[in-house]
This record gives sequence, structure tokens and C-alpha cells, in this order.
Amino acid sequence: MVGARLLLHPAAKSVVFVAAMLPLAALVGGALTNSLGANPAEYLIRATGDWTLRFLCLVLAVTPLRVISGAPALARFRRMLGLFVYFYGALHVLSYSGFDFGFDWGDILKDIGKRPFILVGFCAFALLTPLAATSFNRAIRILGAARWQALHRLVYGVAVLAILHFFWMRAGKNNFAEVLVYAAILAALLGWRWLRFIRKNAKNPASFGRF
Amino acid sequence: MLIKSSDSGFNHPVASDITPKAIYEQRREWLRLMAGGVAGAALASWAGRDALAQATGPVARPGKLAALPGARSNVPGAVTMEKLTEYKDASSYNNFYEFGTDKSDPARNAHTLRTSPWTVEIEGAVRKPAKYTLEDLLKLSAQEERIYRLRCVEGWSMVIPWVGYSLSELIRRVEPLGNAKFVEFVSLADPKTMPFVGSRVLDWPYVEGLRLDEAMNPLTLLTFGMYGEILPNQNGAPVRLVVPWKYGFKSAKSLVKIRFTEREPATAWNKASPEYGFYANVNPNVDHPRWSQESERRIGEDGLFAKKRRTLVFNGYEAQVGQMYAGMDLKKYY
Repeated sequence: MVGARLLLHPAAKSVVFVAAMLPLAALVGGALTNSLGANPAEYLIRATGDWTLRFLCLVLAVTPLRVISGAPALARFRRMLGLFVYFYGALHVLSYSGFDFGFDWGDILKDIGKRPFILVGFCAFALLTPLAATSFNRAIRILGAARWQALHRLVYGVAVLAILHFFWMRAGKNNFAEVLVYAAILAALLGWRWLRFIRKNAKNPASFGRF
Repeated sequence: MLIKSSDSGFNHPVASDITPKAIYEQRREWLRLMAGGVAGAALASWAGRDALAQATGPVARPGKLAALPGARSNVPGAVTMEKLTEYKDASSYNNFYEFGTDKSDPARNAHTLRTSPWTVEIEGAVRKPAKYTLEDLLKLSAQEERIYRLRCVEGWSMVIPWVGYSLSELIRRVEPLGNAKFVEFVSLADPKTMPFVGSRVLDWPYVEGLRLDEAMNPLTLLTFGMYGEILPNQNGAPVRLVVPWKYGFKSAKSLVKIRFTEREPATAWNKASPEYGFYANVNPNVDHPRWSQESERRIGEDGLFAKKRRTLVFNGYEAQVGQMYAGMDLKKYY
């Protein structure tokens, strides 16, 4: 199969890596050429948030796509995409802390207390941290595959928090069109796992099969 | 003539030829002052060249739309010396929900707005209700240039040179009746030319309101232009309100109706959410329910890594408007 051969090509990972860096390159380029509009700080904060959400959708799409298309080679990219979620998430948090608050932690803490959607965003980022920290092979061996996998299911919670964060942020303007698109994508990706779990349990109630 | 040579030794000139020490020292002092003064004047003019340009001539026109000149206003507080926001930013970063909720939407979509012919209806509790054409309104009083700070409830700010005249000029001509306590401002809501009228974000038309004394305050500007030209569509053409001491949403755009009422008008944002009060005076000490109002980002000026600047009470217009709210609990009437 040509597709599988492409996915297994030694350069495939590098290509995905470079592609995943392009949004950052565009943002840095835009900031340097002053072409991010009247409020570049706001633009950067929002764009890094958007890209975090997009990579979250991508990484959660890997397993359904792998199973549905029967292309196990897709799994090669899962870790990298997951780390890119964390990478853009970290840039999002840094942009918010730096551009909006000049890294004044007292003011940031006050803001977290003041705005529930910021709190929700921080929770999502905090939940992602142990996943990023245990992304290497030895961590899987140390934790044991089952425990590692259970830990990494936290990403489903992160998806829910991320959408809530986005929804709440847009609630100020009652502007939910874009939120609904992401919510639908994430609901489909999580729903697919839920259905698979139910079906497996129906076949074999004794085993709590993998999502 | 006595020619001195080194051979003739040290010759004392007559006493009257010797410059007294005190005067000699004065000369140095004088030189020092001159040098300092000249350099100082040069420095001051260099540092203040924006302010000087602002203080003397009219603001440079961007050359995009028809000219609308205004004489520099004499109203106290009406001309800030702060650095102007660039026209490009002021005309591309707008909240005008009739054309979309993203701040880049109005500049993209508002070209469909038809600003001619245009009329503004004055109705309600006035002795002389009338329908003014835009041409009548433009001539009703002398156009003035006013440089105001604009603070958005979202936490950003600009400095914009508007062209218009005090709304009080119009109000005096229509003669409010004794029971007129409030003024309601209604924006155009034309679904044919305004693609987002009908979206569920707000109740259309966009309605704003002021207390009559607020509307009569000389700073409240009936605005027809900015940067020496007529208003761009995305900034609320052809006629809008600018109330510089209140959050930007109070300054309704593209006005078609001004109504004098006895009761406080139900305003669009207040109906959408009680988070947005009727008064909406800029106040760093009264937080929005969901975020702090202590600071603001001045568009195009504070660097990417600069901390936001402190927001001022009544957006810095306390001297001009503070007395209208004397004794009022501004936390309750936010």
C-alpha cells in the first residue's frame, strides 16, 4: 500500500514535525513584521490557543483514523502530535502571562480567581503536564503499560476542559459558531471511543477493554 | 600705539580695562544658560513634536475619504496631547456587531452600509420633534476637532481625533420637555446591508442611552468624522455618538433615531447581560464581573512585552464629568 509506505518512510516524522512548526513560524514572522493587526498581543494569545485546540483534535483523531483506515503506521505520529498540543498550550500560557500581565504572578493569580474560564484553561494545562512528562519510552516501562495508559486517558478530560474554556471565552459575545465546530469534532472523536468501549463490553463484559 | 612684546614683560592694563571677576563669572553663567536653554528647547520640541503638531495644526489626514475639517475645540478636556492611535488601527480594529463580532469583521464587511441619503429622527419628550437630514445636521453647528481617549470595556484603548460638535447643540434646538430625563440612541438595523443584524448576539436595533445631563455635557460629541475626514463605515458612519468617559459600547454608531424619554432606556448590552450596566463609566475600581478593569492596553503603543497601563477614573475626564455623579454609589450604578 502506497499510503502505508509513505507513513513508514524515514522522513515522514520529520515532515510532520516541520509542518507542526509552521504555525509558530507564521506567528513569529507576523510579530516581527508587525502584521498581526492592531492588537498583536491579543492575536498571539488567541492564535496559540487555537493551535493548541487544533493539535488536540489531531492527536485524538490518530487512533480512530488508525482503526477505521486500517493504517497502524499512523500511531507513529501520536506522541509527537501530543507533545505539540503541550507545546502550543505552553506558548498559549506564556503569551497570556507575558503579554497580558508582564509575568506578574500576583496579578495572574488574581485573574485566575476572577475569571472561571482562565481557571478552566489552567486546569487543562496542568492536566496535560504529567502526560507530556511521561511521554518517553522509559516512562511507559517504569509506570507499566496499563497504568501509563490510564494516566494518559486524562487527555479526554483535557478535551472537555479545553472546549469549556473556549466556550466560556466566547460567551461574552454570544459567539459560539466556531466553538460548536470544535465541540462537534471532539464529541465525534470521544464518542467513537465510547461506542467502541460499549461494544467491547457487550461482547466480553468481564474485560474492561481499552478505549 | 603701544605694541606689547614678551620682551616688555608683564604690563598691567589700566584698571578700567580689567573685566570684574563677578561679571566674568556671569558671562560663564550666561553661556551655560544659553547652551542649556537652546539644547533644552531643541530637546523639548523634539520630545514634544507629536504634542506640538497636535497642539498647533489640525491632525494630518489619511487621505482615504472626503475631508471634514474641524476647528480645534475649546471645550475643557476635549484635546488630549497623548500620541494619536494610527488611523490604520483605529479603522481596522472595531466592535460593530452589525457587521460581525470579530474586530476585523467591520472593516471587511461595512462597505455595504449606505450612508446617503441619511436621516436622524428626533422624537419623544421634546417640543420640536424633527427629522434631520445628514446635511442639516452637518451644518447645525461648527465642526470641532476633539482628541479623546477611547476605552473599550474589553480592556484596550485608543486616542482618536474626532470631528463633530457637542450633542447639547442639537438638544437645545429640539427643546426637551420637563419630563425628559433620559436620551435614547438608536442605531440603524438594516439586515440587507448589515449582515449580522438578526444574529442572536444582541437584540436589534442597537440601543444606547444617557441621562439628560450626561447627554448635555459638552464632552458628549455628536460625531461625523475622524482624522479630519468623514467617518469610515466601520467606525459608525455617517453620524455617531462619542462619550469619552464611558466604555466604548455606550457610543452608539450609525444613529437613525434620538429619543427623549422619562424612563431609563433598555440598552442593547444591558438586555444581553446585566454585566453591562447603564452607566458604564470607565472605572478601574469597579471590575467587570468577569475581568479586572484596572488596566488597559493602548493599541499600537505599548510594546508587546510592556505591562498594560493603569486605567483612569472616568477615563481621565473626572474633572469634567465627576460632579454629575457626586454622591452616587458607582459600584451599584456601574
